[in-house]
Amino acid sequence: MSSFRKGLGDGIPIALGYLSVSFTFGIQCIAVGLNWWQAFLISLTNVTSAGQFAGIGIIVSQSGLFEMACTQLVINMRYALMGLSLSQKADKSVRGVHRWGVSFGITDEVFAVAMGNRGEVSNRYMYGLILLPVIGWSGGTFLGAVAGSVLPDAVRSALCIAIYGMFLAIIIPPAKKSSAVLKVILIAVALSCCFKYVPVINRISGGFAIIISTVVAAALGALLFPVPETESKEAAE
Amino acid sequence: MKDTGVFFIYLAVMAGVTYLIRAVPFVLCKGKIKSKYIRDFLYYVPMAVLGAMTFPDIFYATGNYASSVAGFIVACVLAFFEKSLLTVAISASGAALAVNLGMMLLK
Repeated sequence: MSSFRKGLGDGIPIALGYLSVSFTFGIQCIAVGLNWWQAFLISLTNVTSAGQFAGIGIIVSQSGLFEMACTQLVINMRYALMGLSLSQKADKSVRGVHRWGVSFGITDEVFAVAMGNRGEVSNRYMYGLILLPVIGWSGGTFLGAVAGSVLPDAVRSALCIAIYGMFLAIIIPPAKKSSAVLKVILIAVALSCCFKYVPVINRISGGFAIIISTVVAAALGALLFPVPETESKEAAE
Repeated sequence: MKDTGVFFIYLAVMAGVTYLIRAVPFVLCKGKIKSKYIRDFLYYVPMAVLGAMTFPDIFYATGNYASSVAGFIVACVLAFFEKSLLTVAISASGAALAVNLGMMLLK
């Protein structure tokens, strides 16, 4: 079996998972006033969840482009870390233009599966692995946007909470296991609530509120609760 | 968003930054990050981002306080028992939908 086909196979479960999450992104896009092809293009060119959900808020409110750039930078900073790890895992076929090609598809799940391989990974394998998740992500967005235009209000508004449910499903299990992670999350949540409710500072727009809350919470976390070596290694791999 | 030109400018900035974050370290990096502090900072970033994005916005997600709180509670319980992302997301929506429909019937 060629390594491209192996990559395709490994990408199927990722693509199926993306199909459903991106469906809710498509619905959300319609709910905030974008149309189907805008939703589709955002997913096709970004291939990321949290950054896109924050990004459409910025587009719709027509906030500054600098705010857009900073928000994407902070929310997606984890990809830089993953790119660093993956660069150690790629074999010598992943060089030159292929580095630029493969990096387009570095997502949390693609990264996790690639790192789970024995030994190094080739550019063909990586392209195979990336292809179906990208199709699933943008295709699901398209379907969600179309469905969002025809579903009744009660269903559509209920689906808007799905993404937050997913976020909780990501952060609660590690918070149960590590009190340091829990404290960092609580700091970020407290700051984010301040930016919403406290007079004067609640004028700071949503994107910057997320950036400041995140950077302060993560910086305090790194300062006050250094991560044991084994744990940070697991998270990076 | 009616103005297509403006949309494409936002899209270009959004996609461009997202792509460069992925590409630049992957293209340039040969070694490991040395600073323990930076590594720990990056370790905490994903959790902090998701926390800040979820709260307090989750309570306004459905445009209705009661159904948002219902979805929030269901999501917390299922996430605590480590159900899959999809299960948690769909169940939260289901709870919100039930409350939405209940309120429509009561009106």
